[in-house]
Amino acid sequence: MRVGVEFFIWLAAALFVLGLYGALSKRSAVMIFMSLELMANAININLVAMSRFLTPNLMTGQFFAVFMMVVAACEIGLGLALVLALYRQTNTIEVEFLDQLKG
Amino acid sequence: MPSTVDGVASIVVGAVVLGSAIGMLSTRNIVHAAFWMLASMLGTAGLYMMLAADFVALVQIMVYAGAVAVLLLFAVMLTLRRREDAVRSRDFSWQALVLAVLFGAAIFMGVRNAHLAPTIKTASLPGIAEFGSQLFSTWMLPFEVASLLLTVALVGAVWWSGGGKDR
Repeated sequence: MRVGVEFFIWLAAALFVLGLYGALSKRSAVMIFMSLELMANAININLVAMSRFLTPNLMTGQFFAVFMMVVAACEIGLGLALVLALYRQTNTIEVEFLDQLKG
Repeated sequence: MPSTVDGVASIVVGAVVLGSAIGMLSTRNIVHAAFWMLASMLGTAGLYMMLAADFVALVQIMVYAGAVAVLLLFAVMLTLRRREDAVRSRDFSWQALVLAVLFGAAIFMGVRNAHLAPTIKTASLPGIAEFGSQLFSTWMLPFEVASLLLTVALVGAVWWSGGGKDR
């Protein structure tokens, strides 16, 4: 049995939806960042699969996936630094308590 | 090289990726969630291997399974005071479920109606050496910008999270 590009697109779509649900429903800031990583991962699967099946000689999607990983690593590093800074100021990382901007 | 990959292996590894993601979202312990995410990332590296993207698979293992997992565990460790704090109440939200399902339906319809470019059959797939030479010729400028971005993000992360006497 062989699978083609559609299998990976569906897999990435399922992973993205799972990550979206986590990012919207979780109350801990660290869990939200984990869900964001899942979503970034789903996009990378898409890029690499398209690269393998549609432009196998150029490898464009693979390069995009590598640069995407750089951006995702920056995002999670800065995000967790923000979480630590918030924790030091408010002693919590539950996002429902971060309502200082509420009018 | 054929224009498809082995189905059984893909389905098994894909099930690992999706199952770990579900485990991450359903566990109540935040440390367990970090390890489920690690499993999902390692499974993704396996998918990249099957898609003949060796370098991306290695970067995936080093960056996600190495750096990001350690970073997440450090953040958990520094923000939980007691061991019991790791176990959380079950976060369930109908609104989030409805939004995610609606978004999934939108993706479903989009992919169903998408017209993909035709799959290309090649005699051989380029290896990691070809990847390296293209990275340092065609993709030179993005590569340098990426390293600059990483440096700025590193300094910024230290600046935000580090505490001095003057702050």
